[in-house]
Amino acid sequence: MLDLGLLLTLYPPMNRGAMNTPEPAIRISGLQKSYKDLHVLKGVDFDVARGSIFALLGSNGAGKTTVVRILSTLLKADAGTAAVNGFDVAAEPGKVRESISLTGQFAAVDPILTGRENLVMIAKLRQVERPKEVADGLLERFGLTEAGGRRVATYSGGMRRRLDIAMSLIGDPPVIFLDEPTTGLDPEARIEVWGIVQNLADNGTTVLLTTQYLDEAEKLADRIAILHQGVIIVNGTLAELRALLPSATVEYVERQPSLEEVFLALVGDKTPNGKQDKEERS
Amino acid sequence: MSAHTVSNAGVMLGRSMRHITRSLDTIITVTITPIALMLLFVYVFGGAIQAGTDNYVNYLLPGILLIAIASGIAYTAYRLYGDLQSGIFERFHSMPIARSAVLWGHVLTSLVSNLISVVVIVLVGLLMGFRTSAGPLAWLAVAGILILFTLALTWLAVIAGLTASSPDGASAFSYPLIFLPFISSAFVPTDTMPAPVEWFAQHQPVTSIANTIRALFAEQPVGDDIWVALAWLVGILVVAYAFAMAAYHRKIA
Ligand SMILES: Nc1ncnc2c1ncn2[C@@H]1O[C@H](COP(=O)(O)OP(=O)(O)OP(=O)(O)O)[C@@H](O)[C@H]1O
Ligand SMILES: [Mg+2]
Repeated sequence: MLDLGLLLTLYPPMNRGAMNTPEPAIRISGLQKSYKDLHVLKGVDFDVARGSIFALLGSNGAGKTTVVRILSTLLKADAGTAAVNGFDVAAEPGKVRESISLTGQFAAVDPILTGRENLVMIAKLRQVERPKEVADGLLERFGLTEAGGRRVATYSGGMRRRLDIAMSLIGDPPVIFLDEPTTGLDPEARIEVWGIVQNLADNGTTVLLTTQYLDEAEKLADRIAILHQGVIIVNGTLAELRALLPSATVEYVERQPSLEEVFLALVGDKTPNGKQDKEERS
Repeated sequence: MSAHTVSNAGVMLGRSMRHITRSLDTIITVTITPIALMLLFVYVFGGAIQAGTDNYVNYLLPGILLIAIASGIAYTAYRLYGDLQSGIFERFHSMPIARSAVLWGHVLTSLVSNLISVVVIVLVGLLMGFRTSAGPLAWLAVAGILILFTLALTWLAVIAGLTASSPDGASAFSYPLIFLPFISSAFVPTDTMPAPVEWFAQHQPVTSIANTIRALFAEQPVGDDIWVALAWLVGILVVAYAFAMAAYHRKIA
């Protein structure tokens, strides 16, 4: 039985990267969502290729978390479809949950348990073999071995965040959602998290991340999409996004526009410190 | 329930039992306070109370057990509210686990922890002179009523935990429940009360439940009380469960 998908994998067109397998890990089309009168998503469409890192950008309140919650089966869309790992989120939520892991915008850890107990709990819920060993391995990998026996209530914000991400890796789900994974982390911890995300993608995991840090998207993402006023206004590689602006050659010093400039120009925010108000939340 | 659900609920039970054993406050409220109340009523007020039993502890114990459970379930609401706030509730709901295990974990924890405090209080009661001639069947009936009482109030607590907008709100609903035994036959017989109070005491659930447990312990006929008590308990349980499930589905919609 030959299907188109198999043919495409057997004969990949030369100009396509190896990442473009026929069925995307995430496929969203026409997605709409309102909270009472507030029409947050007005028809969002995008695909995320398997094994790639996809960054969803948007100002505060643009609806990034709403998209992630719909994809994680925590929220029902009003219209449109979303599929993860080939499973429709509305029709087969159980299959979707088997395919994903969510690191929400705010660390979802149990403060009364220790770091190790949190990891063991998730491993047991996912019915992973040898939960204690899995927990110890992750503590080691995230630099939490010493803190592992302490209650999470005593952890710093960055430690909680790392534990939170570690909890999401248990069970090796093929698709991972990271909603602002590095908000509140110090520069070193951010770079560490970037390394982990890159490593996940290198090993074939699909990563959808939202972020406020444009350098993060610039650094990590294979593709970047900007969610603005309920729709995706651009979706492309960093190079494609840069090409949207007149090139920087009109300036005396030759330089390429940073992603931040692209973002602000597209979103129409003229204040250079537009992301400053993020600080108050952390 | 599938094996998967049972395993998941077991993990959830272990988790919230840890929450209890690590919270001195919970242990004090659900066990020490009822015991202190029992000491107070037996050794301070008890001499002046004409309860009609040869031994006031025998009269009092059922009511103390009901108070202990009523204060214990407030923590179920509080823990559930905490799970919603911390985001761990959503984390569980995005995982490939039986979703019902999240709520059932809290309900099981409530059952187990309240049964533990009931056992402790009965043991202290025995030290204070509580005596019963109840056979295994009567004990079983008492256990059944207490379990039903715990379940009914726990599902009420689930509604409070799911709908509260503050941690205080989550546990405040239990104050009237803790107060109810005082206006019942739990501490003194109702016939000494002024007529309107007596009418209320006679027609609220705690009186029939306390009377039933007392009669079972004393190996006396339970009369109509047991049917009134069961009607109340099953009624509250069914209504609370229905509202709790509705609140839950609104939460995860
Ligand atoms: N449960 C809710 N009820 C009502 N409004 C909501 C709810 N959740 C989100 N909103 C609103 O929907 C809009 C989008 O919220 P969302 O959290 O998806 O934005 P976001 O892009 O993740 O923002 P941020 O960068 O601040 O995290 C906001 O205006 C928010 O106030
Ligand atoms: Mg958000």
